[in-house]
Amino acid sequence: MGYAINIGLEVHLQLSTKSKVFCRCSTKFGSEPNSQACPVCLGLPGSLPVLNEEAFRYSIKAAIALNCKIAEVIKFDRKNYYYPDLPKNFQISQYDKPVAQNGILTIKTKGGLKDIRIKRVHLEEDAGKLFHKGGYSLVDYNRAGTPLLEIVSEPDLTSPDDTYEYLTSLKAVLRYLGISDCNMEEGSLRCDANISLREESSEGLGVKTELKNMNSFKGVRNALEYEAKRQASLLEDEEKISQETRLWNEEKGVTLSMRGKEEAHDYRYFPEPDLMPFTVDKVMVNHIKEGLPELPMARQARFISEYKIPEYDASVLIQEKEIADFFEKAIKKHDNPKGVANWMMGDITAILNASNISITQTSLLPENLARMVKMVDSGAISVKIAKAILPDMVKSGGRPDELVEKKGLAQISSKGELEEIISKVMAENDESVSDYRSGKKNALTFLVGQVMKATRGKANPGMVNEILLSKLN
Amino acid sequence: MDISIDSVRNVAKLARLKLSDRELEFFAGQLAIILEYIDQLKKVDTSGVEPTSHVLPIQNVFRKDSTGSSLTQSDVLKNTASSEGGLFKVPRVVEES
Amino acid sequence: MGLNQRTALDLIESVKRGKINSSDIIKDVLKRIKDVDSKINAFAHLNSAEDLFKNAEGKKSGRLAGIPVALKDNLCENDRLTTCSSKILSGFKPPYSATVVKKLEDEGAIILGKTNMDEFAFGSSCETSCYGTTRNPWDTKRIPGGSSGGSAAAVAADEAVMALGSDTGGSIRQPAALCGVVGMKPTYGRVSRYGLIAFASSLDQIGPITKDVSDCALLLSVISGHDESDSTSADMPVPDYTDFLGSEIRGMRAGVPKEYFVEGSDPEVEKSVRKAIETFRGMGVEIVELDLPHTKYAVGTYYIIASAEASSNLSRFDGVQYGHRSSSSKDIIDLYSATRSEGFGDEAKRRIMLGAYVLSSGYYDAYYLKASKVRTKIKEDFDNAFKKCDVILTPTSPTPAFKAGEKMNDPLNMYLSDVYTIPANLAGIPAVSVPCGFTKSGLPIGLQIIAQAFREDNIIKAAHAFEVTAKCNNRKPDLG
Repeated sequence: MGYAINIGLEVHLQLSTKSKVFCRCSTKFGSEPNSQACPVCLGLPGSLPVLNEEAFRYSIKAAIALNCKIAEVIKFDRKNYYYPDLPKNFQISQYDKPVAQNGILTIKTKGGLKDIRIKRVHLEEDAGKLFHKGGYSLVDYNRAGTPLLEIVSEPDLTSPDDTYEYLTSLKAVLRYLGISDCNMEEGSLRCDANISLREESSEGLGVKTELKNMNSFKGVRNALEYEAKRQASLLEDEEKISQETRLWNEEKGVTLSMRGKEEAHDYRYFPEPDLMPFTVDKVMVNHIKEGLPELPMARQARFISEYKIPEYDASVLIQEKEIADFFEKAIKKHDNPKGVANWMMGDITAILNASNISITQTSLLPENLARMVKMVDSGAISVKIAKAILPDMVKSGGRPDELVEKKGLAQISSKGELEEIISKVMAENDESVSDYRSGKKNALTFLVGQVMKATRGKANPGMVNEILLSKLN
Repeated sequence: MDISIDSVRNVAKLARLKLSDRELEFFAGQLAIILEYIDQLKKVDTSGVEPTSHVLPIQNVFRKDSTGSSLTQSDVLKNTASSEGGLFKVPRVVEES
Repeated sequence: MGLNQRTALDLIESVKRGKINSSDIIKDVLKRIKDVDSKINAFAHLNSAEDLFKNAEGKKSGRLAGIPVALKDNLCENDRLTTCSSKILSGFKPPYSATVVKKLEDEGAIILGKTNMDEFAFGSSCETSCYGTTRNPWDTKRIPGGSSGGSAAAVAADEAVMALGSDTGGSIRQPAALCGVVGMKPTYGRVSRYGLIAFASSLDQIGPITKDVSDCALLLSVISGHDESDSTSADMPVPDYTDFLGSEIRGMRAGVPKEYFVEGSDPEVEKSVRKAIETFRGMGVEIVELDLPHTKYAVGTYYIIASAEASSNLSRFDGVQYGHRSSSSKDIIDLYSATRSEGFGDEAKRRIMLGAYVLSSGYYDAYYLKASKVRTKIKEDFDNAFKKCDVILTPTSPTPAFKAGEKMNDPLNMYLSDVYTIPANLAGIPAVSVPCGFTKSGLPIGLQIIAQAFREDNIIKAAHAFEVTAKCNNRKPDLG
């Protein structure tokens, strides 16, 4: 029997404001434990929250980019539950009047573009961090009070691959907005997934399980794939799926029931009396809208039509805003989009990945990349030489022409000089010369190789071919 | 309005209060009297009335996104009964059963 | 007359003229505390004499230069015990000071220490403190009122020149009335709540408890004002309220709501308040009959909203970061419930449970939401009333001070002690209690004067004119 899958995601995103959502403590990562906390984020008796304007603006930005309807009145509520990472034993969150609702994120799927509905976007405070030791636990409140944006999708995702695509697209959009690092490995993006299966012919949703503890996009996909199979085999055996929370075990590659946590929570939400309501007027929304950058999907379409690069190249280049910006700057200096794209997707990406840095953290300038591609295109240097100088350009930021000169790598394109070298090579390899002349045409490749070897790769390959052929024939 | 012992037990659990059976009964009796008194609110016609959460007509109170000084780690920890290596120490965290 | 018996304005004048200095005042205050506090138990934590004298040195500038002020035990003071008179906060020394404490210090005041209170301000008698009951200076068999009973008793017994309290449902005004002093709850948002350990955030206000209306105006001027650390604080200019002292009140309109003069009130209280109303009439004030039809629902509304907010505000007391921690916990859930059961008294437990109940799944609409709507009706009652009058005159408390223990096992009856003070909190409007007479047995009676939001000026004008004309606060309790 065939089953249709329904997946909904709840994504939590740390906003990259300088200070916390309700106090002035820094949001910096990696400080000494409990050194980035104050009476407010520690929830000390008597302390009161005041909303960070930037966190609020970031939330509205995200809501606009996700095509949501922004609420006219936004209020905060208290979500009451006890947990040691929660300093007040309630979380300031939003219940019935969140920042925004009813949005859309368009994603690419194998079957084409698909609109995924966003149910709601709301702002809340992050909890502290808990470290479980043998018989006890330790608590660090540095993270407590970091602004957290919750983005909840409708269960419109129909496969683990689409879910991966949703996360990738969401991350791209949010990073374009510059409101979050979206780094799942470091915890600035966290994701829980709901998954249910139903018979393909049926309308309603099946019983869902909630998956937690995934710490990469791939982990989300793997967990969903596992869970889809697990649920399918239960259904096939006509066993009941219980509505529960399951933890993804990365090592074993399985989801495991979180036994005992199934008691229905009674969060006793009520309006946060310490925060006044917030309103968003059209002027503010329009102002933010005008300031929004071109978003990834639009940029991809423009790259394809304007620069005539393949869809795949465009989709890779637009993923990170810095890369796309770099690409556009480079091709303004040298109009060979496909050539620049190849270098960026190939060697440059490899260099960045190897040292785990972003392009803006390197010394490579777009105009220098443009110069380099131009030199290759004009035959001033070979691809091999370009590859040889690129790491230096990335590391120390030099111009390619200067690097080539400094290293003595300039191409030999003087006809006289090349003829002299070629004559010498032909004399040293008379056997190959006679092979060629007797019809073994592949001897040419060998001879070209010998010329290149003699010039340490600096010979202009086109000219070498030309001169060799004229001398051989 | 009556409140059952079970309701009181549930509320005590929500509020993380450990009560003996005798205390449960004691509080159930008192809460019942208070709830009965409170029930007179039902007589007020509130159809079409907006709830009041804040008495002042203030909105959009913000703070600029700038950092200020935090407490020192020793000030953060000075009131706790138990800490270790700069962290608050608590007994084993178990999930609710 | 000891310096401790004089008002702040009077003392400041003498300090400025160089006749006395702050240490002289501290000396008299400390002597009085030593002599009578064993009978009154007004203080929960008293700062050491050494610290006080050191602090007093050179205090000559500021509007409260050199004046010793007592703080209710729920106002955070950096590195000094602040415990809400609860075992669960035992040993707690906040790493920061409340905004009002900073304002007092900036104006040269000397913080004397913390006054006793009902645990977490839950009560109207000062009997639920973990430090024992505070006694009424006028009759030590009786309670001083609550929850700011320690502050009111300290001022009444001249153990402090002035004090701060907090008022959620009458916690400044009712003890002020029962102790024969002046106590004001300002407009919600007038005084920053930053550093006030919250009971019910949408109702709490800090306010002055003083020997007379002039000191009330002075202390109110010092503590009022916008605070960026409190989102609910109003960004409005603060007048110098002492400018309104001695104002002419002829032509002012005073409303008298019939709902505040119903059965259940003590006849002596009613008589005294009626007489006060006649005094106002005699001063040329127009007396207007008023209807505040939702008054009878105020107590029920209050107990739902205040308990709901309190249950959430008090969930942070769990033994992890500060205060009492149960020594016998096998896991975290056990730590929470053991710590809280050991640390909270019965009244706190009752309110926490009531609050959790009215917010819990299935009951929210019937209780919390309903109460929030009735609150709107109560507020509208006042909005309508203030179209007809400038101030409203009522008794502060339905009875004078009652005997200790009398209402301890009857929570509902205790809650009804605040029946006349609660509506002003629900509406967020300012109200004062001023002495307006004594019972035959010599217990003080308070008159409540209520005004529109941010019209404390009208309260000061009316209260001061009344004080000057009626001369009701010229007696002192006899404590031997």
